[in-house]
This record gives sequence, structure tokens and C-alpha cells, in this order.
Amino acid sequence: MTPLPRWVEVGIVPLINLTLALIVAGLVIAMVGEDPFQAVWIMIKGVYEIPGSFGYTLYYATNYIFAGLAVAVAFQAMLFNIGGEGQAMLGGLGIALVCLALDPYLPGFLVILLAIGGAALFGALWALIPGWLQAYRGSHIVITTIMFNFIASGLLVWLLGGILMSDGQGSPQSRFFAEAAWMPRIHDILGALGIQTAKSPLNFSIVIAALACVGVWVLIWRTKFGYALRAMGHSEPAAEYAGIPVRRMIVVAMLISGGLAGCMALNIILGDQHKLVLNFSAGYGFTGIAVALMGRNHPVGIVMAGLLFGALTQGGTELDFEFTSITREMVLVVQGLIILFSGALAHMFVPWLIRIFANRTMGHA
Amino acid sequence: MPELLADIISILGGTLRLATPLILCAMAGLISERSGVIDIGLEGKLLAGAFAAAAVAYLAGTTTAAQIGGEDGHWIGLDAETLASILNSAAPWLGLVAAIIVSVAFALIHGFACITHRGEQIISGVAINILAAGLTVVVGHALFAKGGVTPDLTSGQTFGAVTLPGAETIGTVPILGPLYEKLLSGQNLLVYVALFAVVIVSFLLYRTTFGLRLRAVGEAPAAVDTAGISVPWLRYRALIIAGTLCGIAGAYLSTGHGAGFEREMSAGKGFIALAAMIFGNWRPGMALLACLLFGFLDTVGPRLQGLELPLIGEAPVALIPVLPYIFTVILLAGFFGRATPPRALGTPYVKEH
Repeated sequence: MTPLPRWVEVGIVPLINLTLALIVAGLVIAMVGEDPFQAVWIMIKGVYEIPGSFGYTLYYATNYIFAGLAVAVAFQAMLFNIGGEGQAMLGGLGIALVCLALDPYLPGFLVILLAIGGAALFGALWALIPGWLQAYRGSHIVITTIMFNFIASGLLVWLLGGILMSDGQGSPQSRFFAEAAWMPRIHDILGALGIQTAKSPLNFSIVIAALACVGVWVLIWRTKFGYALRAMGHSEPAAEYAGIPVRRMIVVAMLISGGLAGCMALNIILGDQHKLVLNFSAGYGFTGIAVALMGRNHPVGIVMAGLLFGALTQGGTELDFEFTSITREMVLVVQGLIILFSGALAHMFVPWLIRIFANRTMGHA
Repeated sequence: MPELLADIISILGGTLRLATPLILCAMAGLISERSGVIDIGLEGKLLAGAFAAAAVAYLAGTTTAAQIGGEDGHWIGLDAETLASILNSAAPWLGLVAAIIVSVAFALIHGFACITHRGEQIISGVAINILAAGLTVVVGHALFAKGGVTPDLTSGQTFGAVTLPGAETIGTVPILGPLYEKLLSGQNLLVYVALFAVVIVSFLLYRTTFGLRLRAVGEAPAAVDTAGISVPWLRYRALIIAGTLCGIAGAYLSTGHGAGFEREMSAGKGFIALAAMIFGNWRPGMALLACLLFGFLDTVGPRLQGLELPLIGEAPVALIPVLPYIFTVILLAGFFGRATPPRALGTPYVKEH
């Protein structure tokens, strides 16, 4: 699109935007009366120094990767899936239904396999309705997915306050799943192999996330379906003219997107909480938009952005401990600024960069 | 009979009070979207406004002469005592002004991204919501060290109820009297402001040149541009109005309906307002009705707790708050009625050369 050299577009533009976001975040920290440089240092130390903190970083990154992939797949077809929150909640419900129904009867690994299917299926189905409505009824998918987030949240409140509530507990949560059906923790797996690592909630879901990245890459860039999807993203009328079944593609893209968002619950519910709780998606679905944007909708970029956001989240918890005047919501500020600068204001500096680099390219030609 | 009447008045009053922030935000969304700019940042502006109102009302309301310092306070020719008492008594109003300023600032960020730089409107809206959720807690904690909550406000720092003329005398009239005394009269000042805002917005949209142009720019910006009218400036003005309305809504949450700010206190109201706006087909009157309907559901919901319904069993009260969203999806699906958004909604305008 832009007449910029590729390395500028992929490397320099995101870097400038990220830097701007971080500068503004630094100003906010200075405004509340702390030293921004010290804050950065504490965040960096928070990621590698404390035992287990690297595991936490990767644990958070897993959520961001699933959320980012979900947004990216839909975005390839120019669809905004901002319903990742609701789809993750439903994914959690799928896991809970499988575990609560089957964990007394089936061996653990089988329950885990079925729960993976449950998470993906329920997430996908929750995205199916907005996808179908967009494709066949012309309802704006942004609005319907927002509405579905709230409907999902209400559904969970209702179920966890009623039939799924564990006996004898006043709080809205399910009973614990049988321990055999928990997603294995990485420190346990490594421990069994004789490698001692610090305890953290990091679990096997990160491997599933990595597989999902490969899967998405193959799907989007190495299959006919992916080609058709990208063609749609460039121009829907042209795609339709070329004989691509646009409506069916929208539905399928949303199914895949929802399934990926649903898998986020594997990490949180099956990997860490081991029971269904309320509001566990905690905004990851929205941040997934930032992850996909920064990662330019490509799995490699999404992994890198996911790691960055994971580190930010982990570092933010350290800020909370170290400074009395900064709360962990500072991470939200940083995320919001990144979405603003690398998303909404992404092209602010492009005309300026074109002026710098266009001359050079012309010189070479 | 009097009990039934009291019940009806209490339910309708609750409806009105819970619908107020929805009405203001729905009008904000409507103005913005009729000009062609999608506004899913209503929630964030509402939250930021609520925080600013409570924070400033508290700070102004608790300012003492000693804090202002000096006997002379000469910079505006008032002594510290007088200045402090002015600040104290104007606290809710200063809060309201702060709410409007902060909310408009967020609206201008949205405008800068979407109008000036033609950025994605959805993404900008999401950014505003996340920023507001973060900043309110970060700044709130820095100011008050209470984990993002403001101190409780006293009655002098909030907007009070307004008694309409003759409420007590008319109140003695059977049936209609109590309706006037307890429902029409005695509501929070900002409730009346919200209802008035519907009138203003309708008038602005349908009876002024500005409104005509605003509607035109949401349908066919190229035509407006050809007529020599600036598309960006029209849209910026729409966003400023929207910011103002969201600011008032925020002030209502923290200094009208409530007395203090809590984190995430907007609790999805901005999104329900968005739903109401769509439900009302981007028209002020219909959007007002939708807000009242959603406010009614919100009021009635908790009252149905434990109620046994035939066939269904116990009323699924937890699902009632979800009804506005379900209604809106069904409407969007076009199975009854039809939602027709402004034609140029969501597309940045690129001037042709």
C-alpha cells in the first residue's frame, strides 16, 4: 500500500509507534510522581530476576497469543472480532462441562483431550452466530460480538450462580476438576525429566498455542482457503467476482477465530484455575486486538507481541509491589496507548517517513 | 391501592434513574454516529467522566482556606476564606465541568485518530475504553491512595434532588398527585438534564442547519464537501458534543446517582447505551424509549428474585441484565424491524483532489 521499503514498514513504523506509546506511558508515571526509568528497570527485573517470573511471563503470553491469533484470522477477511472475551468465556464453559461430566469416569489425558475440543468448539459456536448474522443478515459484526461478550458474561453468572455452582460454597464458581484432568504444568513436566525450574502457572497450553501459530500460518499462507480469505480481505467484491463463496468464508473465518479465542480458556481454566470462575478472560480478548495489530496479523509477529505483552503484564505486577503510588492498572494504560498509537494512529508518521525514504528509493532506481 | 401506586412510582422512578446515564450516552453516540464516526468509546468516556467528577468535586469540596494559603490570595482579588468557601459550595459543578473536559479530551483523541489521521474507528474506541479503565485507577490511586477509589462524597459535593414547584400541594391530589410529587418532582438535577438533552439533540439534528449538515455528512460526506463545508470540522464538533454528553453522564454516576467513584463503575452502561442507540435506529426519540426500556429491565430484575414463574420455575433473574443485548442482536438480525445505520458510518473521508 505505502510506497515505503518493506523493512521500514515492518520494522521502523511499529518501532516508532511503540516508542511513542512508551514515552506517553512514561509521562503518566512521571505525572503520578514516580521515576519512569526506575519503573522500566523494575519491570525488566520483574521479568527475569524473581524465580518463576519468566514462567509467569510465558503464561500471560500464551493468553495473548491465543487472543491475538483469534483477532488476526478474522482480520485477514477484514472482520473485526472483538468478541474474544465472550468466546473465551464460552471456551471455559466447554471445558467445565467436559470436566465436570466426565472426570470421575475417564482417564485424565482423555478428559484433557475432550476439554481441548470443548474449548475450541464452544468458542467457535459463540462466534458462529455473529459470523452468520454478518454474512447472511448484514448485522455489523463489531456490535454483535460486543453484545455477545455481555451475553456470555450473563450466561456464566447465571450458570455459576445456579446449576454449576459447587455445593456448600456461596461463591459463583464450579467445583475443582479432578487433578488428573488438569493441564500439566511445565515445571512438573520438566521436573519429571530431571530439570528443576521454579513454580509458575505456565502449563502445556503454551505448546498448544505454538501449534496453533503453525496451524494458522499454514492455513492462511499455504492453503487455498487462506488464499481466498486474504483475497476477501483485499477486496470483497473482487473475491466474489472470482467465485469465492464470500458468505461461507465469513462464517468459517469466524468459527476458526472463535475456536482460537476459546482455547485461551485452556491456559487459564484447565491450566491454572482448575475450576470455572467468573470474568477469567480479564480483558485478554480486547488486548488481543493490540497483539494482532503489533504482530501485523502474522503468527511470528503475534508471538513476539504476545511475549512483549506477557512481559508487560508480569512487569506490571512488580510495579504494584515496588511502588506504593502505582497500581497494576498501569499495564492497562500502556496497553491502551499501544492500541492507540500502533492501531488507530498507525499511519501518523507514514507521510513523514515517505518523504524521507521515497527520495532514497528513487535514487536507487 | 396506595401500595400498588407506591410500587408503580418506585419502579418508574428507578427506571428513570437507571436510564439517565444510558440516555445521555445514547444521545452522545447518536450525534457521533449520525456524523459518520463510530463511537464504541462511550464506555471509556463515561468512566473517565465519572472519575473526573468525583475527584474534582472531592478536592474542591474539601479545600480549606489554609490550603489555599496566605491571607491575601491576591491573584484574583479574593481572600483565602472566600475562595475556599466558593470552591466548597461549587464542588459538584466544578466536578461536572471537569467531567466534561476530560470526556471531551478523550473524544478529541478519537477525533484526532479517526478524522485527522483516518485511523480505524473501532480500534480507537477500544483504545479509549482500555485507557480510561487504566488511567482512572492509576490517577485515582495516585491522588487518594485508596486503590483507585475516591473518598465518599458528602451531600454538599454531589448534585441533589430537585423539588418542582408546588410538589407538596399537588401531592395531596389522589393518584396524579403522588405521581407528580414523587416521580416527576424530586429527581436528581442531572436526570432532568438528561431528558432535556433528548429535546436539545432532536432539535439540533432536525431543526437546525448544523443538524442538517451533520446528518448529511454521515450519509454522503462527499456531497457536503462539494457544498464547501468542512467534513472534518463538522465531525469534530459532533465528537465534542458527544464528549460533553458522556461527561455529564459520568458526573451523574459519581456525583448524582452515587457519591464517589469506584473502579469500573460504568459497568458496561456505555455499551448498553450503544445498544439502545441502535435499538432506537439512530433516532433520539426511539433511543430514549429504548433507554427507558433497558432501565426498566434493570429496575425490575432484582425485584423478581425468588419469584416462581409457571413452567420456568424460579425466574432466571441473572439473565435479565442480558436482555438488552439479546434484543439488540435480534433487531440487528433484521427479524423484526430493521436497523439502518448512517450510510457513511465508519468510513474515514478522503478528500478528492
